Amino acid sequence: MSDPTTQAGTPAPRSGDDKPRPGMSERSIGVLGDRKKARLDELARASAADRGGVSLVRDAARRLRRNPVAIIGAAIVGLFVLVAIFAPLIAPHDPVQRFDELTKNLTVDTIPGASGEFPLGSDPLGRDFLSRMIYGARQTLFVGVLATLIGLALGVLIGAIAGAFGGWVDVVLMRLTDVMLALPSLLLAITLVAMASRSSQWTVIFAVAIVSVPIFARLLRGSMLAQRESDHVLAARALGVKERNIVLRHMLPNSLTAVIVQATLTFAVAILDAAALSFLGLGDPDINRAEWGLMLGVDGQRYFEVRPELAYYPALAIIVVALGFTLLGEAMREAIDPKNRR
Amino acid sequence: MSLLDVRDLSVVFQRRGERPFTAVDKVSFTVEPGQTVGLVGESGCGKSVTSLAIMGLLPKRGNKVTGEVLFEGTDLLKLRPDDMRDRRGREISMIFQDPLSSLNPVIPIGIQVAEVLERHQGRDRKQALRESRELLDAVGIPDPQRRLTEYPHQISGGMRQRALIAIALACKPRLLIADEPTTALDVTIQAQILTLLKQLVDETGTALVMITHDLGVVAGLCDTVNVLYGGKVVERERRHELFAHARHPYTHGLLNSVPRLDSPRGERLHAIRGSVADNIPWVEGCAFAPRCDNVVDACLEGPPPLEPTATGGDLRCNNPVSEEVAVR
Ligand SMILES: Nc1ncnc2c1ncn2[C@@H]1O[C@H](COP(=O)(O)OP(=O)(O)OP(=O)(O)O)[C@@H](O)[C@H]1O
Ligand code: SF4
Ligand SMILES: [Mg+2]
Repeated sequence: MSDPTTQAGTPAPRSGDDKPRPGMSERSIGVLGDRKKARLDELARASAADRGGVSLVRDAARRLRRNPVAIIGAAIVGLFVLVAIFAPLIAPHDPVQRFDELTKNLTVDTIPGASGEFPLGSDPLGRDFLSRMIYGARQTLFVGVLATLIGLALGVLIGAIAGAFGGWVDVVLMRLTDVMLALPSLLLAITLVAMASRSSQWTVIFAVAIVSVPIFARLLRGSMLAQRESDHVLAARALGVKERNIVLRHMLPNSLTAVIVQATLTFAVAILDAAALSFLGLGDPDINRAEWGLMLGVDGQRYFEVRPELAYYPALAIIVVALGFTLLGEAMREAIDPKNRR
Repeated sequence: MSLLDVRDLSVVFQRRGERPFTAVDKVSFTVEPGQTVGLVGESGCGKSVTSLAIMGLLPKRGNKVTGEVLFEGTDLLKLRPDDMRDRRGREISMIFQDPLSSLNPVIPIGIQVAEVLERHQGRDRKQALRESRELLDAVGIPDPQRRLTEYPHQISGGMRQRALIAIALACKPRLLIADEPTTALDVTIQAQILTLLKQLVDETGTALVMITHDLGVVAGLCDTVNVLYGGKVVERERRHELFAHARHPYTHGLLNSVPRLDSPRGERLHAIRGSVADNIPWVEGCAFAPRCDNVVDACLEGPPPLEPTATGGDLRCNNPVSEEVAVR
């Protein structure tokens, strides 16, 4: 645990007559001129800024960079996010435009395959399949991020309140999450979507978010309660720190890392759930919207015999992206584990 | 008036479905301003529970605290929680055994010092940080400017304990309770930390309650020593008296199990027989009886009383070690 370099730097205790002195540098460079002193102080400050900022997060990031699993996960996630953001620049065509050269070849049992201008061929409506796949990344990212963020926000709120107040507040909130956890996540989402008068991408986002709320809430509450018993909270109490600050400065920040890691994992679940809902026909009814789950569920299923690629590509994309987020999340979980800290 | 006057302090842990357990049993002791007082005893004898009870830091549920803790005449046990909170860190501070886990891992050291000053002295962040740097310097942390922005896991164990001392003494409290502050440190660092503590309490006039299982720590530091056994004070003496002639068989055993430079060659160290687990409850007799070489019939007929000794201390024993034997 201890850092040998700093250990060695610990000086012998000073004797009583050695009164507190303003700064180390002042004694050790007393013979230098003022300009040199100023220069040295500046260098010291620079190195302080350099070394001082190595927070727990950066420490974890450094360990992440050495982990091949993390790198693979991060590469997949990074590529996915880039494709999603720059979809309009990457996609060769407009994803909703129906091309005459494609539609004229559409029949009941033929869908045009790859050709020079359309590398992945056509979809059942004569649109460019590759462009739709690329825009699909965008839609998937949008749904995943929003669902995760909403779930995270609600979950953190509930978990923080339960963990901070304890007592009956905690009991009530946790019974509530128990109920939510007891329902199979996809079933709950299906019910929610079915309850909404008409389905849209928002019902999907909200359904997926709701399902992740109890997980975040439980996780945060559990780690806040553990923090409440921790030595540094006891030490803070011994300093008279107010309860509010114990929660906000000690319990909450020390509990958040676990939740953030969970968010990465939840993202994977979110896009799988969203895809599943679309697959089941409970997704966005807009036929123009390119979405992997929808593409897999509607076109892929219906035309599987005609052109199985219509199912393969979206399915593969969903699996790879979900895998990427899972790998990254697991690696992050490992990296922030205090047991792995140097 | 004593700075701290603990009177008949008892802590009984009571969990539902379990027998009540008396961890601290009518403990009384006093601390004069600027004095250093030791609380010594084996693991589990109630040292930490005593200190937590004084600080009002025991869990809200599952225990019952009785007696009085008079701090400058005010009974801390009767204070409203808010009032007690305002005193903690300002008038009474405490440092704990494990310096790493006592610091908040996500806040830089300098900020942690500064926050105490902001809390109790109403300093603004800038002023507090300036003072925090001076405090870190005063506890012998090299390059304090740099430490301001470093996190606890980035500095060594000895330095962390120094930082904790800086935090505890930031508001110049009148009393500091140190619960085994050096147990988690390397031997060489231990000596440095003890010297530093002594120097700082001497400079600031802070009274110190030193909790330890290590008589070596007491030897160089404490004015008065309270020896605890099974939740009760069994012997109280001024330091020199205690080391010269401990009367209680338990204290005697503790002293004999510490290696000494001046002991005759070939003499063997004596460990105390058995372990704390061999206690009998005080109501039945002397808790130390199963391990005691001096045990007499009276020892099993009820708890021996704590009685004043000729040397000005107190002793709880029916058959103390005689003075001639005690002087080695
Ligand atoms: N919260 C608690 N609930 C029940 N029993 C407790 C609790 N805290 C402490 N005890 C018991 O009280 C007794 C005294 O514990 P204490 O921590 O004061 O010992 P100690 O003298 O500080 O020992 P050590 O040297 O190991 O720190 C122990 O037997 C312990 O099991
Ligand atoms: S009272 Fe009896 S048993 Fe207890 S320490 Fe003294 S002699 Fe030993
Ligand atoms: Mg203890």
